[in-house]
Parts: sequence; structure tokens; C-alpha cells
Amino acid sequence: MSREQKAVERARKAFLTGRSKSLEYRITQLKNLLRFVRERQNEIAEGLKKDLRRSEFGTPLYETLGLESEINLAVRKLKDWAAPRPVSKSMMTISDQVYIQPEPLGVVLVIGAWNYPWAVTIGPLIGAIAAGNAAVIKPSEVSSHTSKVMEDLLPLYLDKELYPVVTGGVTETQELLKQRFDHIFYTGNGTVAKIIMEAAAKHLTPSTLELGGKSPCYIDNNCDLAVACRRIAWGKYSNCGQTCIAPDYILCDPSIQDRVIEEIKKNIKEFYTEDPKKCLDYGRIINERHFKRLMALLEGSSVAVGGENDESECYIAPTVLRDVKPDAKVMQEEIFGPLLPVLTVSGADEAIKFINQREKPLALYIFSSDNKLIKRMIAETSSGGVLANDCLMHFSVSSLPFGGVGNSGMGRYHGKYGFDHLSHLRGCLIKQLKMEGVNKMRYPPHTADKLGWARFFILKHVDFGSLGRMALLALLVVFVAVILQRNYTD
Amino acid sequence: MSREKLAVQQARKAFLTGGSKPLEYRIKQLKNLHRFITERATDITNALRKDLYKSENATQMFEILGLEGEINLAVSNLAEWAAPRPVNKTLLTISDDVYIQPEPLGVVLIIGAWNYPIAVTLQPLVGAIAAGNAAVVKPSEVSSHTAKVMELLPLYLDPEMYKVVTGGVPETQELLKQHFDHIFYTGNSTVGKLVMEAAARHLTPVTLELGGKSPCYIDKNCDIRIACRRITWGKYMNCGQTCIAPDYILCESSIQDKVINEIQKCIQEFYTKDPKSFADYGRIINQRHFKRIMALLEGSTVAIGGDSDESECYIAPTVLREVASGSKVMQEEIFGPILPIITVNGLNEAIQFINEREKPLALYVFSSSSKVIKQMISETSSGALLANDCLVHFTISDLPFGGVGNSGTGRYHGKYGFDQLSHLRSCLIKKLNMEGVNQMRYPPHTTEKLRWARVFLLKQVNLARWRQMAQVAMLVALAAFVVKVRCFSLSFSYIYELF
Repeated sequence: MSREQKAVERARKAFLTGRSKSLEYRITQLKNLLRFVRERQNEIAEGLKKDLRRSEFGTPLYETLGLESEINLAVRKLKDWAAPRPVSKSMMTISDQVYIQPEPLGVVLVIGAWNYPWAVTIGPLIGAIAAGNAAVIKPSEVSSHTSKVMEDLLPLYLDKELYPVVTGGVTETQELLKQRFDHIFYTGNGTVAKIIMEAAAKHLTPSTLELGGKSPCYIDNNCDLAVACRRIAWGKYSNCGQTCIAPDYILCDPSIQDRVIEEIKKNIKEFYTEDPKKCLDYGRIINERHFKRLMALLEGSSVAVGGENDESECYIAPTVLRDVKPDAKVMQEEIFGPLLPVLTVSGADEAIKFINQREKPLALYIFSSDNKLIKRMIAETSSGGVLANDCLMHFSVSSLPFGGVGNSGMGRYHGKYGFDHLSHLRGCLIKQLKMEGVNKMRYPPHTADKLGWARFFILKHVDFGSLGRMALLALLVVFVAVILQRNYTD
Repeated sequence: MSREKLAVQQARKAFLTGGSKPLEYRIKQLKNLHRFITERATDITNALRKDLYKSENATQMFEILGLEGEINLAVSNLAEWAAPRPVNKTLLTISDDVYIQPEPLGVVLIIGAWNYPIAVTLQPLVGAIAAGNAAVVKPSEVSSHTAKVMELLPLYLDPEMYKVVTGGVPETQELLKQHFDHIFYTGNSTVGKLVMEAAARHLTPVTLELGGKSPCYIDKNCDIRIACRRITWGKYMNCGQTCIAPDYILCESSIQDKVINEIQKCIQEFYTKDPKSFADYGRIINQRHFKRIMALLEGSTVAIGGDSDESECYIAPTVLREVASGSKVMQEEIFGPILPIITVNGLNEAIQFINEREKPLALYVFSSSSKVIKQMISETSSGALLANDCLVHFTISDLPFGGVGNSGTGRYHGKYGFDQLSHLRSCLIKKLNMEGVNQMRYPPHTTEKLRWARVFLLKQVNLARWRQMAQVAMLVALAAFVVKVRCFSLSFSYIYELF
């Protein structure tokens, strides 16, 4: 039996003991996870420094603060989330119990990515644990130092049978994908995602695929360019552009292109100094393969800012390309690097058309002071999420579901969505063995008369919610009337 | 270009015109769908009589009524369902617009089944239309007469936006090569796997409404007479060809005889002494299934029924007693009018039995003890659970209908159908002011900035709770005012009287 098969079998055996059912148990594990994140900041930061040259502050800011927030939310809300959820009653169910009961699915496979290895590997794990599942965690081998930290240290905090960490590359992942899971949560690219969904199909396993794409960033003439470009520069060059929701390319009117480039240049200097290579807050490309891939994308486009690079360090300077053509190399794939192409369009209509000719992106960014324009862009395009007048921030709003559509993915998580997505929301209807007379209308022999009754019960819509509200209002009016009357008659 | 590819291309072209976006359009199409089922009622009932020997009233009650209910619900609620859905704000988003915007996905493929062909092919279509999608409808070729009637749909619905593509396996395979934005399949798990595999090639999400063996546990402690009445109805409707039919019974041996007796009484009451000549008792869909079901009887003891007539695909309402768990009838979903009874020593053994098998689409438990029911719920899993009745959870639009594990993925009915076939897009609309707040996130990163970030990201401010508290405070103030006025006027009148 392979190591992968063993880990999955052990996880399933541990799940079948039922110990992850109790909320106390799940909360304990979540609190242990929180302790891990807090106690092991140094090891986490060390791993990230070696993998992505992430600065010391970058670790909490971009990885662990978000996790802490999600864990706190899950711990606080778990009782609410896991409780039976009553549904509206109808005439047919007036004396019954009708509700939705959240339940664990079983064994979840979480396949992480290398760009924010903690956020995108542990983030889904929080939902999996909260929902009462066992989980097999497969960190990305590309962020190898972080993977080692996860392998060595997580089992010291979490139940190592319920939540095993299985490291490895393509071969190990393929072996894992042969096993049967109750849900597969994958973060990465579309090519691998198709393979995963195909493997999942053999067991009828549902999957969540957090993918990517080219997230467009439209800058309207009518907006504060200084602030817009500041936010875009931050969103683009964080983690050297290796962010699934980084603004991939800019669309703007040619009349503001120069100003946009100038503002971005200013902010690059302010954030990363005149020499980003020496700045601790500026990262590196994950490896040589991606470095080469990115450098090749520059071909055929004009560099307006940056362009410097150093292969030995996998360093690419914050770069802006101007007057980029739609068929340029840099526009043929998700960039996932610090290259920011600017394409000129004549107004929102052309921008919308451009966006709609391409696959649905994970994020759409719109910078404008004109609310009408923002609403129109939202109405005439589609994307995983939309963020107007900023970048990346929707990722940290736990009341917003995070996920893609079309090529950018399926499923969603964060906050309650992570819990719900990795649960089975079971419909429950508890009737009683009386009032059998009512059921006469459904039993054979079927007559027109019985059918008439059935029509009445099924089609007549009585809104009990609004009836209740009206009754309450009526009571209040009567109450006030009584008091007022007493006042006047006294 | 194949006929299937052309249909999908046309549907996509129609979708891209944006024609299905306005709610008025969708409501009109839904009302047209309603007209289809009322104006073509005779065609539909005739077709179902030929396909499944369903009586006219049964078709109305068990296929059309539910569909009408779903259409009416969608029409009256569409504005609400399609509206932006505001979400809880945080300190960081206090001055922003934060909401979820439902959007159409694009082109949805709906592959129907043959057992309730109208219900399981057109109910998903209601969700698809309501959500603003185009749709390609592929009715099951097995219920061939009904498939023919569905070809009339283009006379009622927008023929460009909603295509009906009939055919068998090759046509379905050709359809599955095309790119859809969602595939909704009702049927069995073998084909379900093929559908998911095909969908994977285009990263298309799927809803699979499958089946399985839905267990039915009868507790000693319950009104066995009523329980058996409801079970009999649930089992033999449509000759057992219902995805949520109670597949087999689990009960203690001490009540087995009573159960068999009661079911026999009910069979007679519902279907007369001669179900074969009774209009409200159906037929097996075709010879292949007839043979399959008859073969399942092998090795088991018939307690009731067992008679059959291959020329008519007729199988009598049948009950098997003392069935062994290894018998043929327990190896696959029966989907026919055969009801095996397996004896167990109480609830715990029943739960163990159920958990050794794949998660079913429905789980039935008959008991007067809520303890028993609660234990069954908490120690098993299934698409849905219904206590003390059969099938009726299907008609409750506020309950999501769908499976788990081998019984399927995804859900529909009511708002769930709308949501499942929509993209629920997160929207965060910020303004280009308050840039000062953002300082804490920009490089150069410092300890001071990080401290601020911690406050904003980790501090939990329950804005909803604040709002609630403010409302309560206002009510208290109002009450105090009213009381004060009353006291004041009382004391005023008192003083007045004194003088």
C-alpha cells in the first residue's frame, strides 16, 4: 500500500470514529491551529523567505493575519453554522419540523498552491475542520521550504490521523487522486484542474477549483488617478505579481496612459525604493522556470518602467509595458509576475467588449468615480468577484464568497461559505403519524376531486412569514391605540 | 457541423445578445412554459400513458402540479432572487457597498430522465430560465412519447434561447463534447461519472441528481398501520420507478408479519385485487428493465405479489420477506415494485447496515420516538431525511433537493434551483477617498503599520448587533415616553380634580 493510500485510509478510519463530529473537538483543533500560527511565526517566516523572499512583515500581513481572522470567526460562529437551519413552512408542513441540518462530508483533500502557501492551503483547511471533516493536506512542492514546515510542525498541533500532511510532487499527487475523497479542494491553474476534476469524476467526488486567469483592471478617465494607481501598484507588485487576483493588465483611454504610467512609477519608487532589488519588501519569482516564462512574455512589447532582471536571483523589477497589443505574448496567458501591460481602449464600451471576448476572470477591477459606470460594467461582464476602486481587498471580507466562474474556477470559500461548501446541507422533514385524513387526496384511486384538493394545497401560497409580521404589527397598533385611548378618557 | 453542435452554438449566440437578462423576459418565458403544460395537458397525459401507463390524474398530480408550483414560485419571487444581496459589513468596509450579485452562467445543458420525464426535465429548466440562462434540453429517449411532446416546446419558449435536442447515446455524447456553463443531469451514477468526466474537459460545474438504495426503517414503536400506508404509497407509485422510492425496509422480526399484512391491505385498497386491470397502477418502462427487475427476485421469498406479464411489462406490487443482505435484490437500486424486508435487531443494527452502504438519496424512518429519529439523523448521512412519510419532501420548495456521495452533487427546487444555476458574484464597491487608512498596508512595511493592520483585520465589530441595540434603545425610550405621558396625564387629572 502506498504512503498516500495509507494516509487516506487512516484519515477515513479516524473520521468514522465520529470524533470530529463534536463541536468542542472541532473548536479545539481550530484553536490548536491558531496556536500553531502564532507560536511558529518564525519558522513560517523563514520558510517563506527562502521560498519567495517574503519579508518578515509580509508573513503576517499577507498570510497569517488572514488565517487568524478566519479561525477566530469559525470558532466564534461554529455553533451558529452547525445548528439546524429552520426553513419557512407551508400549509402542508404547518405541524411538521422542517429544517436543513449541516453535516460533515467525510474526507476532504486540500491541494495547496505555492504563491501564498499558508493562506491557500490552511484557509480551506479551516472550513474543512469547522465542517467536521477529516482532511488530507497536500502542500505545493514548489514552495518546498514551506511544505517542509507544514509537514514537520502541523502534526505537533493537529490530530495527525484526522489531518495528515502528505508532501510530494506530481507522482504523489496522482497517487492521492486515485483514492476516494468526499470533496477535493484545489488551488492552482486550469490545466491541472481539469485533470483533478477528471480524477474526481471516477468517484463522483465534487470539487472546488480556485483557479485564475487574466484579471482586467479598467481605469476610467473620470477618477482620482493618483489614488487609483497607488492601489493598483500595491495590488500588482505584492508578492512580485504572483497573486491569483493581481490586476493582470490595465485598460484605459490613450489620453491618460502617460499619466497612469507616471503615477505607477512614482508609487513603485515609494514602495520599493529606487533599487527594488535591494528592498526587503520586494520579493522574487518562485523559481527559474517561471522566471524564464515571464521574461519570454516581454517579447514584442515596449517597456515603459522597469524591465531589469537577474536570473541568478530570479529577480524581475516592477515593470510596466505601454501600448500593448491584444495579440502580444504577454496577453496570451495569465502573467503571474511583476509585468503590468497597459492596453488602450476608447472608453468603457470597448473595454467591456475586450473583457467579454476573453475567459471569465477571477477578479475584475474598475477604477472610477462614476457609480453609473461601475454598475454598467458589473451588469455587462462576468467574473468571480468585482472590486471597484481598489485591488485584492475583497479577499479579506469573510462575508463575501471567494471563488471563480467558468475558467477561473468553481465553488467558493471564506467565512461561512467555507463551512457550507465542505458540509452536506441535508434537508430534513419530520412529520408525525397522525392527520392521516389529509393524505387521502394523494392515494389511489386518483379522482378529479382528490386532484382538486391536491392543487389547492400545493399551489395555494400562504406566506407565513408575512402573516406573522402583519399580526405583530396589528397587535402593536392595538396596543398603542389602547394606551392613547386610556390617556384621553382618563 | 453536427445538429447538436449547431443547437449549442445557436443557444450561445442567443445568450450573448443579452436577451435573457431582463427579468420581464424571463418571467414571460416562465409563463409561456406554464401555458405549454396547461395547453398541452392532453398531449402530455397521453404520452405518459403510452410511456409509463400513467393515469391522467396521476400525471397531473405527480408530474404537472409540482412543476406548476415551481413556475409560480419563480415568477412571484424572481425580483427578490435576482436582486443584489447585501452582506454584513466590517470596520474595513463600513463605508463601502458590499453585496452579492446573482448573474446568469450562460448555456445550461439539462439531461432529463424517463421516470417522471416532465418533472425532472422541466423543473431544472425553470431554475435555468429564472437565472437568466440559455438552455439545451435533452429529454430521455427511453420515455420516447414524452420526448416527442417536448419537441413542441419551441412553439412556446424562445426557440433560439431554449433548444430541445432529442436522441440517444450518440447524440448525448456529441452534446457532451460541447462547452456548457453548467450541466444538470438526472439519472444513474454510471452515466453520472461519464457526465462529470466530460464536464471536466471544459471545467464545467455539474449538478448530478442520482439515486441509490433509499432505506426505510420501521421502528417497533410507531403506528404501523399508518406507516405502512404511507410506505405502500411511496413504493408503488409509478411502479417503484422513483428515485426517492423507499427501496427496502429494515425492521425487527417481531413486526415483520404485521408490516407485511398492513402493506397487503393497502395494496388492495390502492390498486384493487387486480392491479393489472387497474388504471392507476403503472408499468415498467421497457423490456430491458422488466427483465432486470425480475432477475432481482432470484433467491428471495415472495410474501406478496410476484406475478408478472412480460408482454405488458407488468409486475405486481411485490413484497419479499426475510431478505438476506447478500441477495440479488440488495445489490443494486431496485427501481421497481419490489419491496424487500430485511430484519434487524433494532436501531443500532439498522444504522450500521445503512452506513455500510453508499449514502442514499433519501432516508426514511418511521417512529413515534423523537429520540430514535434524532439518533438516525445524527448517525447516518443521506441526500435528505424524511420521518414518518415518503416522497413528500420533494414538494417542499424551501428544502434543497439533491444527493450526497454516490447519490449526487448539487441541489435544486425553489430558490436553490435559481442559485445553483446562477453565478453569485461578490461585489465590493469602494471609493477613492480615505486613502490614509490604506497606509498600513503599503511598503515599506513597519511594526507600527502591522499593528494597525492587526486591529482592522482582527477586531470583531458586530455592526448588526449595534443596530439591534440601537433599535431596542429607541423602543425603550418610546415606551418610557408613553408611560411618562400617561403618568403625567393621570397626575395632571388628579391634581385637576383636587382643585
